[in-house]
Amino acid sequence: MAVQDNIAGPPRTAFYNDPVIRGIFYQLVVAGLVIAFLTWIILNTAQNLAAQNKSTGFGFLFETSGFGISFTLIPFDRSSYYWQAFVVGLLNTLLVAVIGIIFATMLGFVLGVARLSSNWLIARCATVYVEVIRNIPLLLQLFFWYFAVLKAMPAVRQSFELPLSIFVNQRGIIVPRPLPDFEIFWVAVTAVLALVAAIAMVVWATRVRTKTGHYPVVVSRASRIAGLIVTFGVGYLAISLLGTVVPALSLGPVFPLIGALVLAGISLSPYGRYGRVFIGFAIGWAVANFLLGGMFAGLGEGIIVLGAALVALGIAWTMLSADRRSAATEGKLPLALPVLIVIALPALVYWVTGASLAFEIPVLERFNFAGGLQLVPEMVALVLGLTIYTAAFIAENVRSGIQAVSKGQTEAASSLGLREGDRLRLVVVPQAMRVIIPPLTSQYLNLTKNSSLGAAIGYPELVNVFMGTTLNQTGKAIEVIAITMLVYLTLSLTTSAFMNWYNARVALVER
Amino acid sequence: MSFSFVREQMVEPAPAPVNTAGPIAWARRNLFATPSDSLLTILAIVLLVWAIPPIYGFVMPNFLGGDAVPPGGTVEQCRVETAGACWAYISARMTFFIYGFYPAEEYWRPNLVFALGTLLIIPLAIPRVPFKRTNAILFFVVYPVVCFYLLNGGVLGMPSVPTEQWGGLLVTLIISLVGIICSIPIGILLALGRQSKLPIIKTLCIMFIELWRAVPLITVLFMASVMLPLFMPQGTTVDKLLRALVGVTLFSSAYLAEVVRGGLQALPRGQYEAASSLGLSYWKSMWFIILPQALKHVIPGIVNSFIALFKDTSLVSIVGIFDLLNTVQAASSDIDWSSPTQAITGYLFAGMVFWVFCFAMSRYSIWMERRLDTGHKG
Repeated sequence: MAVQDNIAGPPRTAFYNDPVIRGIFYQLVVAGLVIAFLTWIILNTAQNLAAQNKSTGFGFLFETSGFGISFTLIPFDRSSYYWQAFVVGLLNTLLVAVIGIIFATMLGFVLGVARLSSNWLIARCATVYVEVIRNIPLLLQLFFWYFAVLKAMPAVRQSFELPLSIFVNQRGIIVPRPLPDFEIFWVAVTAVLALVAAIAMVVWATRVRTKTGHYPVVVSRASRIAGLIVTFGVGYLAISLLGTVVPALSLGPVFPLIGALVLAGISLSPYGRYGRVFIGFAIGWAVANFLLGGMFAGLGEGIIVLGAALVALGIAWTMLSADRRSAATEGKLPLALPVLIVIALPALVYWVTGASLAFEIPVLERFNFAGGLQLVPEMVALVLGLTIYTAAFIAENVRSGIQAVSKGQTEAASSLGLREGDRLRLVVVPQAMRVIIPPLTSQYLNLTKNSSLGAAIGYPELVNVFMGTTLNQTGKAIEVIAITMLVYLTLSLTTSAFMNWYNARVALVER
Repeated sequence: MSFSFVREQMVEPAPAPVNTAGPIAWARRNLFATPSDSLLTILAIVLLVWAIPPIYGFVMPNFLGGDAVPPGGTVEQCRVETAGACWAYISARMTFFIYGFYPAEEYWRPNLVFALGTLLIIPLAIPRVPFKRTNAILFFVVYPVVCFYLLNGGVLGMPSVPTEQWGGLLVTLIISLVGIICSIPIGILLALGRQSKLPIIKTLCIMFIELWRAVPLITVLFMASVMLPLFMPQGTTVDKLLRALVGVTLFSSAYLAEVVRGGLQALPRGQYEAASSLGLSYWKSMWFIILPQALKHVIPGIVNSFIALFKDTSLVSIVGIFDLLNTVQAASSDIDWSSPTQAITGYLFAGMVFWVFCFAMSRYSIWMERRLDTGHKG
């Protein structure tokens, strides 16, 4: 009976033992404490500000700043307002973040794949890189690049000269400044349109092939012609480059022309692969010769040419064996057609409209370079440091993402008869990306936040310009810090909103 | 008559297998398996041959075939144009890098702090050593108090040393230790609050965590050093080091809360339900059932956030505190030792110190992860 009573009757606990009431009580207590604490802080602050005769408010944003900024994307001088300083800082932060993200992603993916390489030496090198870089504070690395490396570069008069009129010295990197005229606008528009068209073409052709088993006839015919043209162009380039290594071959513009025609002809014959291997060999030789010459300046020229030839032979051998393994199938759309579309259309417009893209070459004058675009050393050091540091973390994300794809997936793909490249491209990488992208996004966010360390080496980004100079000049601590934190908060919340959306989109739908 | 299904000749002997053991076989398998592998190997070797000899020559002293000036050398040796790293400078300024401006006759006090810390942390890190609870209380509660009085002085006849004189590695270790010790309880409470069913508490915790995780540490430090004095009642002065400590603690507790939340979420629901069915109250079930399991699972994560915190302490140099990086930076303008390689040697030294600490911790975290892995994971 007692048991029945328990079930039937209302709960006999006292109201202060009821979990719901207790929960409400606790929450009221916590909320009260928080409100009391905030009130205490606000009252204190008001008192302190009154004692210092300081006013509050955002009116200072529309006052003249009176300071200059060394590196700005928009016009800024002493008569500009504080809000313009804010915009300058924000733009500089975003600029460094975007450049850093692009480079860090490329380096990070290469390193992440290299860590999993079956090649012992490559895997070891990547591991050493990751373990060294991610265990040293970023600020220390920035100091190293800025004070120990870039500031130790030669003075202006002894600048290092890199190819393409790029100079490196204490004051940063000086590159030719592009001077586009108005017609370049049309070329740029065409380039974008051509890129879109090329992607659309590839998507369409792949769809048709998935449905019917063949690429559309138009596309495969156009590809063949495009292949011919591209082979001719690349062959011309390769033979011209070969002339830089073997001077006997640089007989004038006719020779590369004939050679390129021969190569294009060969590409139609069954021996096309040897033509491609030759092009790879020639370009590889020239590039390796240039790089080795720069790296081992002390060695004799003959040795370097021979070494470069060995490297180029390695490239040729690799291409040949890769070519042999992948028999001619309709597996992949030849790259030649999209490449030709993306390059040829803008080139055509360039030629038709008579646009001109001149470059202002930096020239060394008595004390400094005249002309050219100067990349300040602060920015170079910041981009370098952020890229190198973040790449180590991205590499770890990529590695764990690839490892997270179970071995069964690779085996299943093999049992379907897919070759190694297709296994990676169609089975492993799409699944790995699902694991890689969320941590990758938070690395991007970290990089953006870490760009605030540029303040320590004097790069005029948001924290430096706004939380540093502006705060010191106006003394509006609360307003300035609130605005700065709000910027980062917005960036961060936007990123996590994107991440949630992505996660929901790609989440594994399980049975 | 002959049977066509019986072979008449012997089968050609198969070729002897290529070596499968020994260095050549190893190289063939790991370095030259395919043409592209060979190409990559050659390129890597070229790169190493290019990069390693100059680095080796720069870092190693002359009796090991390098150009560096070993400890005990003179500044004149470092000023030679071909000289490598100036290790003599590091050894001459070593006490500055470790103790900052701490008075030399009181060095025994930081030394005692280092020794006590080592004595407490080693048994804490080895899982087999007993008395974990006592050890943890000693390290997390008693040790910081002892350290404070030992370093600050003013008691037991020890002369007082204000925090402005603390510096170098000492301050780096203090900030990271205080940061982690204070942020563990705050982080656990925040994580519990974020998992709570009470909406107001949950919202407050989420707001707190997301605010600190969204902004860079440098803005937090700026905020702590500029705004904390404004928040206090008039006339209170907040010590500069304390401001940085508050900033670091707020920042790292938010990160730690997320780590602990991972552990809480990883526990199966059954554990929570079993605790309730035993009639344990919320705090009892957390203390006896949930947290011991959750925290054990996230030890690697806690160590990782400690590594991040340890690296991040270098940022306090921006708000003017003399941690290891700032002492190195300040010493690099020391005219007595000015030489072309002075700055780079200082950074190499600081980098090595940070690296040794972080690498040791990350190895420990990996080792713990393997140890805690029961092999039950899907």
